[in-house]
Amino acid sequence: MKINKELLLKIAHLARLDFDEKTAGDMEADMTRILDWVEKLNELDTEGVEPLTTMSHEVNVTREDVVRTHLSHERALKNAPEKDTDFFRVPKVLE
Amino acid sequence: MDADVYSKYTVVIGLEVHAQLQTQSKIYSSDSTEFGNSPNTNVSVITLGHPGTLPRLNRKVVEYAIRIGLACSSEISRYNIFDRKNYFYPDLPKGYQLTQDRTPICIGGTVTVSPKNAEDREIRLNRIHIEEDAGKSLHLPEESDTLVDFNRAGVPLIEIVTEPDLRTPEEAYAFLAEIRQLVRYLDICDGNMEEGSLRCDANISIMPAGSDTFGKKVEIKNMNSLRNVQRALEHEIERQVMLAEKGEEIISETRTFNETTGTTSGMRTKEELNDYRYFPDPDLSPLVVSEEWLAAIEEKMPVLPRELVKKYVQEYDLPEYDARVLTDSKEIASYFEEIISHTDQYKAASNWMMGPVKSYLNEHTIEIGDFRLTPVRLVDLMKLVESGKVSFSIASQRIFPVMVEDTDSSAAEIAKRLNLIQESDSGAIEQLVDDVVADFPDKVTAYRKGQKGLLGMFMGEVMKRGKGKINPKMANELLRNKLG
Repeated sequence: MKINKELLLKIAHLARLDFDEKTAGDMEADMTRILDWVEKLNELDTEGVEPLTTMSHEVNVTREDVVRTHLSHERALKNAPEKDTDFFRVPKVLE
Repeated sequence: MDADVYSKYTVVIGLEVHAQLQTQSKIYSSDSTEFGNSPNTNVSVITLGHPGTLPRLNRKVVEYAIRIGLACSSEISRYNIFDRKNYFYPDLPKGYQLTQDRTPICIGGTVTVSPKNAEDREIRLNRIHIEEDAGKSLHLPEESDTLVDFNRAGVPLIEIVTEPDLRTPEEAYAFLAEIRQLVRYLDICDGNMEEGSLRCDANISIMPAGSDTFGKKVEIKNMNSLRNVQRALEHEIERQVMLAEKGEEIISETRTFNETTGTTSGMRTKEELNDYRYFPDPDLSPLVVSEEWLAAIEEKMPVLPRELVKKYVQEYDLPEYDARVLTDSKEIASYFEEIISHTDQYKAASNWMMGPVKSYLNEHTIEIGDFRLTPVRLVDLMKLVESGKVSFSIASQRIFPVMVEDTDSSAAEIAKRLNLIQESDSGAIEQLVDDVVADFPDKVTAYRKGQKGLLGMFMGEVMKRGKGKINPKMANELLRNKLG
C-alpha cells in the first residue's frame, strides 16, 4: 500500500502529531515500506479463521455492581497540567 | 408552505437513543455513578485513562441491556467483544470510547409506537449495544479554557439504534415515549431527558414521494425533551423541503437544536474530520452469555405496559384510554393491580384511579409511591359505595380525603363519624319526594305532558333537600312512581 502526502497528513492529524513538512517524502517512503512488510501476512490463507481479539483465553472476567473507594478529588487532579479547584482545564474546544 | 408541497416528499427518520443505566458503579470501573456530586469526585485511574490500568466489565450492565433486548424481541448475542472507537476530545481521556461495534449485545427487534391521531406502527431496531459515557465539557463564555468534569465518564449507556423506519415527527415522539416507558418499567434507566439520562439524536432526510433512494441525511443533536425532538424534526423538515423546492442542495452535516428559537443550525467545532478506526479492545475479555444466565434474566422480566393494556381491555373490558392511563407508569399499574386483586369491579376501580386518586396526586404533586392510602383501604371505600351506604360523590369528595390522612379508621367508621351514611329508609325518602312534588305543581303538569327531561330537576331538588345523603337509586324510583 502506497502512502501519499494526503494520507500522511490525515494520519498526522488523527494522531495529533506534528512533523517537519520537509521530511514528508522520507516518511511516506518509510510508512509505505512498513505497510508492505506487514502485507506479507496476506500471503497466508486465513479463510475461516476468526480475528484474534485478545491474547488471553479467559472469558467473562466481570465484576459485581459495587462501588469501591476510588481516587480522591485532590489526587485525581494532581497530575493535570492545567486545573482549578474543581475542574481539569483544557484549551477551549468550541469556537 | 401548504400541505401540497409537503406531500411531494417522503420524510425518513432514524433515531439513536442513549440511555444511562441505573447501576451503582460505572461500566468498567468501580467508581460511583451518582448524579449531581461535585466535579471530579466520582473518578478512578481507569476513568481518567491512566496508563497501565485495566477495565473490568460490570455484570449488571449486561443484564440491563439484555432486559431491554428481550422487551424488544431482539436477538441476544451470545458471544460479545468490545471495540475501541478512537477520537480525540478532552472529555474522553483514553482517546477512545469502549463500545460494541462488531457484536452488539442485542441485534434487531421491534418497538410498536402509537403516534397521536395515527395508526400504531412497528419500528424495526437495528441494534442495541453497550458503551461508556464521556465526561462533561463546559464551555463557559467568561472562561478562556474549556472545563472538564469526569464524573460522568464511564457511566454505562445503552445505545438503541432504529432502522430508518420513522416517517413523521409524531412517530419519533411516540417512539421515544415508548422507550422512556419501557426503560422505566424495566428499572434500568430513570428516563429523565432534562437531566440527560435519556438522550436522542435524530438522522433525517427527505426524498421525492415514491422514491426509494434516501436523500442526504442530516444529524440533529441537543434535543432534551420529547417535545423538543418533535419540534426540531418539524423545523428540519420545513428547512429541507424549502431547500429542495428552491433547487438548493441539502448538505450532510450535524446540526444542533436551539430550544429558544425552535430552529436548527450547523455545528462548528474544531473537530471536523472523524475517522473512528474501530478495532477490538484487547483489554476486556470476551463476554459469553450462557443459556442459564439468559434464562435467569428472562425470569425476572416484568409484565410490559403493552401486555397490561391488552389484558385490561380484553379481560377487564376497560376502555383503551383507561388502560393506557393505568399503565402509564409501573407504579400506577401495580397500585391498580393490587386493587383488582381484591375486587372485580374493574371499571369502578379504574374510575377511582383516574378520578380522585390522580387528582389527589396532582394537587399534592406527589408520586403514587408517596400516596398514603393503601390499595386495600381504597377497596374498603369502594365497597362502601357498592353497598349503597354512600354515593360515589360523597365517598370521593368527603370520605376519601379523610381516609388519606386518617390511616386507622375504616371507610364506614369515617362515614358514620361525619354523619354521611345515606338514608335508605324509604319512608323518609318518600316524605322528601312528596314535598318536592307538592312544591312544583307547574313542573309536575309539564312532566306529565311529556317534558320527561324535568326528572333531573326533581332529582336535583330531592337530593339537595336530602343533603346528598339519600340513596339516589331509591329516590329515583320513588320519584318516577309519584310523577306517574
